[in-house]
Amino acid sequence: MTSNETGTHGAVLKDTPPAEDRALVELRAAGKSYGNIRALHGVDLKVFPNRVTCVLGDNGAGKSTLIKIISGLHQHTEGEFLVDGEPVRFSTPREALDKGIATVYQDLAVVPLMPVWRNFFLGSEMTKGPWPVRRLDIDKMKKTADEELRNMGIVLDDMEQPIGTLSGGQRQCVAIARAVYFGARVLILDEPTAALGVKQSGVVLKYIAAAREKGLGVIFITHNPHHAYMVGDHFSVLRLGTMELSASRSEVSLEELTNHMAGGTELASLKHELAQVRGVDVEELPEAGDLTAPVATSSEGKS
Amino acid sequence: MSMTQQATPAVDTPPAPGQKQSDGRTRERPLALRLLARPEVGVFLGAVAVLVFFLFAAPPVRDGSSMANILYQSSTIGIMALPVALLMIGGEFDLSAGVAVVTSALTASMLSYQLTMNVWVGVIVALLVSLAIGAFNGWLLVKTGLPSFLVTLGTFLILQGVNLAITKLVTGNVATDDISDMDGFSQAQKIFASTFEVGGVNVKITVVWWLVFAALATWVLLRTKYGNWIFAVGGNKYSARAVGVPVTFTKISLFMLVGFGAWFVGMHQLFSFNTVQSGEGVGQELIYIAAAVIGGCLLTGGYGSAIGPVFGAFMFGMVQQGIVYAGWNPDWFKAFLGVMLLGAVLINLWVQRTATRR
Repeated sequence: MTSNETGTHGAVLKDTPPAEDRALVELRAAGKSYGNIRALHGVDLKVFPNRVTCVLGDNGAGKSTLIKIISGLHQHTEGEFLVDGEPVRFSTPREALDKGIATVYQDLAVVPLMPVWRNFFLGSEMTKGPWPVRRLDIDKMKKTADEELRNMGIVLDDMEQPIGTLSGGQRQCVAIARAVYFGARVLILDEPTAALGVKQSGVVLKYIAAAREKGLGVIFITHNPHHAYMVGDHFSVLRLGTMELSASRSEVSLEELTNHMAGGTELASLKHELAQVRGVDVEELPEAGDLTAPVATSSEGKS
Repeated sequence: MSMTQQATPAVDTPPAPGQKQSDGRTRERPLALRLLARPEVGVFLGAVAVLVFFLFAAPPVRDGSSMANILYQSSTIGIMALPVALLMIGGEFDLSAGVAVVTSALTASMLSYQLTMNVWVGVIVALLVSLAIGAFNGWLLVKTGLPSFLVTLGTFLILQGVNLAITKLVTGNVATDDISDMDGFSQAQKIFASTFEVGGVNVKITVVWWLVFAALATWVLLRTKYGNWIFAVGGNKYSARAVGVPVTFTKISLFMLVGFGAWFVGMHQLFSFNTVQSGEGVGQELIYIAAAVIGGCLLTGGYGSAIGPVFGAFMFGMVQQGIVYAGWNPDWFKAFLGVMLLGAVLINLWVQRTATRR
């Protein structure tokens, strides 16, 4: 990795104009097994520029496994993983970054005790000077980080303050701003709103929309259908490692999405059992017949 | 001393281009408080306090040659405390550092004596052996994911046994033979264990090396990419890996840096005493770790400085010699150390809580 440019993985890749009709990242019947445990099986997913693709699912549905494959932390064991139509297999997150795929993890986004500007440039530091005395270009990094954060609407007095002193929403936003700055074409957000309050979630959702406006393809992992529906263009629901639903915004309503999330058909059968128990109100729960949304492998909507 | 007042995020206001604005959530804190939050300031004040105390309690300390002696004592601890501190900032520690010093000295001594070669051959081979021990520690740690306590406890015991056994096997004695009449000895001694005069006071060369290494370590830690990586792998190695920091390389190289320090101190011991006692070094690793912790490095990693351990080592040297100059029973030394260590840990804890308060 050479070190004189700012962000090795950005500038070069930005030059290729994003073709609207070609998926940046595509999974074809991809799956992952850990030993004899099949965590993910037969998942199809397409990520287009200027689109927010939401991946929903309950705990253990395989969401984390899915993003770990795309972000290069793990390798898929079945199916195909394509970036720009080329089959790939990443062995480190660095390779994914070099392809313009940046991941913002819920808990792994930053190093809390390090200053904001060091966090912003971590792993892609700006340097100056020839080798024996090659050093960090601190002024430039501080200035750039401050500018980029202001562009995203985050105003900080002191770039030197440890990032741990920021609120959870602000930290997410710093991580998103960082990914956008370093020229990510695909932004993976792992439950960015899970640990946040209502207002902070709103801030993060705003940046997701902002990132989409900048032409990025966004993969938004969440288990909150309301948050997903506010910004999503396409929705994929995972359950027990397989695709339960894959529908574009026009094909699915928030209500249907919520029902699928909540276990959908399972919930309907549970309703009858619950009806036997006194004190449980089942009127609001859906019947199996209400779930009319298209299921997995149906045509992807217009992208 | 709260750095930020937690409130709703002030991100709703769109930024006015070109106009400097503040988020209005951070108060300008008094200079004294801001300074105290630096990792090395607490230990600096501590070192000054200890110095002033002994200047009053032990009049001989005021003499220049006593001070040179104190600095020499501090430097032998301080040179090792530096890489140990960097390793600690990187989130690991090395229990084998104390005996590794002796391993290095034994290697150089026995190799050149037994094969009757220039001492520089022994010195170079010892360097390679020390780096290899460091690399082994780091590699085992990274590959197995075991805590560094276990891995280096293993190496500590192995080296301790090997030191004794090999020395007895080769020399038939617990110490190595005197190498002072061998080729290249005086040359190597100049570098590792000479003395020079400043204003009528004899100062050991290790004091100079100590300060040079400290300056170098500070520069690397705060001004280079590698320094950034050290903080990152110690602060949160998963985050670091996810943003593309070479975690494996950073950790292994830090262990090798400790190996380098062990080699340097080992060579100093060899060329100042001409012979090496094979059973020495046990317990020193804890002194190095303590100096780093007193110097403001967090045992859990991600926080600290290279200057702090310099003052930490100075406190050690000061107390160790000060007690002697004051004419007290030297048995009190360890008790003093314990108090200093606990005090430093409490300050660290407070700093960490303040820094991460949300």
